[in-house]
Formats: sequence, C-alpha cells, structure tokens
Amino acid sequence: MKKIYRLLNLECANCAAKMERAIKKIDGVNNATVSFMTSRLTIDAEDSRFDEIIEQCQKAIKKFERDCTIVK
Amino acid sequence: MTAFTLSKKEKRVLVRIIVSLVLFFAVLITDKTVCLADISPMGFYLPFILYLTVYIIIGYDIVIKAVRNIISLNPLDENFLMLVATVGAFTLAIIRGVKGEKTEGFDEACAVLLFYQVGEFFQRYATGKSRSSISSLMDIRPDYANVLRNGETKEVFPEEVSIGEVIVINPGEKIPLDGVIIRGSTSLDTKALTGETIPYDACEGQKVLSGSINLTSIIEVRVIKEFYDSTVSKILELVENAADKKSRAEGFITRFAAIYTPIVVGLAVALAIIPGIITGFWSVWVYRSLNFLVVSCPCALVISIPLTFFMGIGTLSKNYILVKGSVYLEALNKADTFVFDKTGTITKGEFAVDRIVPESKRDEILRYAAIAERGSSHPIAKAILNESINVDNSYSIENKAGYGVLATKENDTILCGSYSLMKLYNIECEADDSIDTVIYVAKNNRYVGKIYVRDKIKEESKESIDDLKNLGAKAVLLSGDKNEIVKKVAESVGISHYQGELLPKDKATEIENIIKSKKNGGKVCFIGDGINDAPVLMQADIGISMGGIGSDAAIEASDIVLMKDDLSTLPLAKRIAKRTVAIVKENLIFALGIKALILILSAIGIANMWMAVFGDVGVAILCILNALRVGKSK
Repeated sequence: MKKIYRLLNLECANCAAKMERAIKKIDGVNNATVSFMTSRLTIDAEDSRFDEIIEQCQKAIKKFERDCTIVK
Repeated sequence: MTAFTLSKKEKRVLVRIIVSLVLFFAVLITDKTVCLADISPMGFYLPFILYLTVYIIIGYDIVIKAVRNIISLNPLDENFLMLVATVGAFTLAIIRGVKGEKTEGFDEACAVLLFYQVGEFFQRYATGKSRSSISSLMDIRPDYANVLRNGETKEVFPEEVSIGEVIVINPGEKIPLDGVIIRGSTSLDTKALTGETIPYDACEGQKVLSGSINLTSIIEVRVIKEFYDSTVSKILELVENAADKKSRAEGFITRFAAIYTPIVVGLAVALAIIPGIITGFWSVWVYRSLNFLVVSCPCALVISIPLTFFMGIGTLSKNYILVKGSVYLEALNKADTFVFDKTGTITKGEFAVDRIVPESKRDEILRYAAIAERGSSHPIAKAILNESINVDNSYSIENKAGYGVLATKENDTILCGSYSLMKLYNIECEADDSIDTVIYVAKNNRYVGKIYVRDKIKEESKESIDDLKNLGAKAVLLSGDKNEIVKKVAESVGISHYQGELLPKDKATEIENIIKSKKNGGKVCFIGDGINDAPVLMQADIGISMGGIGSDAAIEASDIVLMKDDLSTLPLAKRIAKRTVAIVKENLIFALGIKALILILSAIGIANMWMAVFGDVGVAILCILNALRVGKSK
C-alpha cells in the first residue's frame, strides 16, 4: 500500500535525509521518500502490517527530530 | 497570495538572536578596548562569565538538544558538533587563563553559536518562504461546493460530493469539481488551468473543469469526477509530488552527506590526537580539530540543492508548465532534440480558409459555399462557416458522400465540394493539385471559384523553434499526414528533419532510432497533444503534452505538461531548467570548494573559528540566496 503523510515540525534538511535512510531500512518497507521541501513522507509498505510499520516510522523520525510528527 | 509570516516560536528566536547580538558586541568591544581580564580583580573570570551569559542566551536550546541526543545514543548531528566545538573553545581559553596566558576563544565560541543560530533561522525562513510560494499555487484549490440535495442547496466540502450529484455554481465562484452543465450557460475564466485570458463560453451538455471560475451566470452541473480525481486536485498533486521525485543531484548529496560527516569528524579526532602526541602542542591541534567539527556539516548543500529544484518546479508551474519530477528538470536541461507532432502541436489542428480564387469574387464564393455547408459539423465546413455571418437557410441541402454538397432552391443550384463533384456534374474547371484542401464552388452549373482550406500553423511556432535552436537544440517533425504537406509545414517553421505518412507505432520506432543514434548523452523530447500519442510519449526520454489539461491520458503518459496551448512555453521551460541546473552546479562547486579550503586552512592553522563558521553557515546562506535566484527566470 502506498500512502502520503504530512510531517509537522520538520526543520532540518539533513535530518530529513537521515530519516529517509532509516525508514527505508524498516522491515516491510518497499520504498520511502521524505521530502524536506514539501514536509511529506511518501511510503510504500506491506498492507498487512501497515499501521505497525507507520508506528515504527514515527519512532525513527523522533530519533532525529524530537518534535517531528506524522499527521495521520 | 498566502503571505508568509513568522510563527510565535520563530519570533522568540529572532528576539533571542537580536538580544545576544547586542550583548555579544557590547562585551566584545569592551573586552577588545579595555581587556577585561586585566582590569578586573577576578581576572579572566569576568570575560568568561560575560561571554558565558551570551552563550547561554543564544545557545541553550542547542546544548539541550545535544545532550538529549547523546542520551538517546544518537549523538552525531550538528548540535553535538557545535557543543563540542564551543565547549572545547571555552575550555581551551580557560586553560590558557589558568596558566596565565592571554585568554582567547571565548569570543569565538560565542560567535560560532551566534552565527550558527542566525544561519539556522535564515534557512528556516527561506524554506518557509519558498514553501509558501508554492502554496500560492494552492490558491486555485476550491474549498466548498453547493450541492443540491432533496431540493435544497447545501454548502459542503468538495470531498463530500459524489459522482452524479448536482452542484450549483454562482457567478464569481470557483468550479469545485469536474462535471457537465445540465442547466444554464455561462462564461468561464480558465486562466488557472490554461493561462488563457479569453473567457470560455460553455452551455448545456458541455464539460467544465474544476479550477476554472464561473464568470457570468449561475449554472447547475452534474458531477462526473470526485474531488481527488478532478482536474484541480490532479494538478496540485502533480506539483506536490514533483518535489518528491528526487533528481540525480539530490540523490548524490544525500549519499555524500552520509559519508562526509563521519569522515570529517574522524579527521577531526585524528587531527586532535595524532599531532598532539607527536609534538606535544595539544591545545594548538585540538583547536584546529575543533574547526573541522564546525565545518563538518554539509547543510549548505543538503538544503540549497533541493531548494533550488523546488524553486525550479515552482517557477515552472507559475508559467503554466507542470513537471512531474526534479529529475525531468535535469533531463530537460540536457535535451538537445525536440520531436514535434504536427497536427495540433505545430499547427492549430483546425482548418481555416487560407485564400480564395479568384479573390475578386471572394464574397460571392463564400456566400454560396456557406449556404451549402450550413449545418455541417465537418472541419472544412466549420472553416467556411467561420468566415460567414448571415447564412441564407432557404436552400435544401443534399449530401453527396465523397463528393460534396448540392444545395437547391426553386431554380437555383449550388455545388460545393471536391473536383470530382465538378466532374460529376460536368462543370468545366481546372483541377488544382495543391497540397491544400481545395473546395470548388459552382452555381447554376457554372464554375464560380475555389476555396483553399488549410490547417494553419500556430503564430508562435516558427519563433519557438528558432528559440529552441538558439538554445542549441535540434527540431524534428513527425506526422501521419501526406509527405508534401509535412514538408511544407516543416520548411515554414525551420525544421529540416521531417517525416510524414507515419502510423503511430512508426512514430514510436522513429523516436527509438533517434535515441539509439545519440552518442553525446543528449535527451530526446517528444511534444504532442497527448490524446493519441501515449506510446510515443513514453518512448521518448521526456514526453511533453500540450494544452490537454482536460485529458487524463495526456497527463498520465507525459512527464511534462504544458498547460497553455502555446509552443513558446517550451523554450521557456528549457531556459528555466537550464538555469536551475546551472545554479545547482554553482552551489555544489562553491560549497564544496569553500569547505575543502577551510579544512585545509584549519589543518595548517591559518583559519580560525570565525572562518570555520563562515564556511558552514555563511556558505549555506549564500547558497540559499543563490537558489532563490531561480525565481527570476524568464
């Protein structure tokens, strides 16, 4: 399933790049893009575990920018 | 136009920066003139405390973030590096002070943080500004719809309206969803979708697109597409997604940033320890390695490159050019061959009367032809009827399929059609083998004259092709039409490589051949009206569809959509693409060059922390300013 989420408080471009790399490594994620300019996360991941994967993405994001949240 | 204003949080940061700047310079100037350490009984502790105050005001959030990151075992980011560099500088200065040497380093540490905060603030400001310039495009998004339910008009969100429901659009309102008019007729402003300033008249049975503005009269429209599928949403989605499709340059800096920081930090550590062990001059080398840490963040590149592409995409969309990804901007920059479809792209795609022979009988000929062609929807008939005002409708019309039309009234007969029609009725006239379509007109069995009808070349075609050639590109013309016609059209717009009588699949093959024969890495574009050109659009390196904003197939199959039915947007697109990529290259070379220079100068001891901070923050600011220059492209 492919979905696009808005990200709040994404302020550091370097962090966006690091987040993208970390999210791509999550098990079940086929592809992901974090766009700093549009503050969006585009993610293509396994349907069956999608919600769980999104939770993991949120955790990964928080590691780099504490205040950054995925808007569900 | 949505204005960009600072949030409360940002305003607080700005206040902190200003206060710290003022305090900093106060302390700095005092210290440099009077040397506080010497005049105070506390010795160097006085300047230390003063500078520390400035440091805390400007830098407390960085310290907190850095410490948090250390605790969460994810330390390696700018906050940590800033912390280490500045604490290191403070420590060195204190050590010197304790030893009785002149304390230097307090001012640098504060300056580093100050400059860093200013730079971060500026980066956020620039990003916010360019994000909001794209969102001014979002102004075309409609926010409500008046839906007719149970005999009542209700105002709802456009997303809530289903296919088949009827919406009411008053004059002055935006059309919220794609639909068909079922009651009323009006004029529409389609400027947001097509760049067209002339209003578009629409009546019952005609399609209207979301994003246009209803001008004159109230209309009722049956919805044919849901909001997410309607034209305006498709356009906005395209623009938003475009920034996500990263270019090769952006891919490069992401990979580069991943290795750059660890390498520089590693070098910094090595620089701090190894020469220290060898020479024993620890403080000198530690100081130099601190400089390394300051320059170790590739922020200038990581921010300015995507920003440049973003500005490029935004500038293009302001000029009614939609690009599906930054990667196509790069490709367009490299495009040196433009393959054009003929009908509808180079030509208007509709017949028009070119000339009438004999010119002296023009009015008479047109009058007779109009009588015969009245009511016909054939493109040629339309061309003739366009030239006429009051058409006599007292004649009865008989269609002779394949030949033309016979119009009769009492004792008058008018014949209007091809040469074969004339021969059929034994009317004496000369055959004309012009490549244009010729309509012969006869009245009462006497030949009167002939009308030349042709598909007119768009006014801007020649100039646009010339523009492209001036930009170093080559133009090619492909068409399914007769070779003689294609040759004439090609020659009149200045295209030397052309081919006619091609089936759609032949066009795709031809493009494939052109691509195969390329050796220099130049990209091949195909420009068509999109409707029947899907396979050809996909075969080309860049598929460009023109003026077909209402056609889903066009938007799906192409990489770049020219919303305006105007060829001159093509050289404009190329110019914007060129400028964007040029600025990206400038930023790359500038940022990398300065960073390398400062690293070298730091290692040999010439650069101090001020220069290092400039190498980080100053370069970032300059690169961002440079990126904003894309917006000035024309």
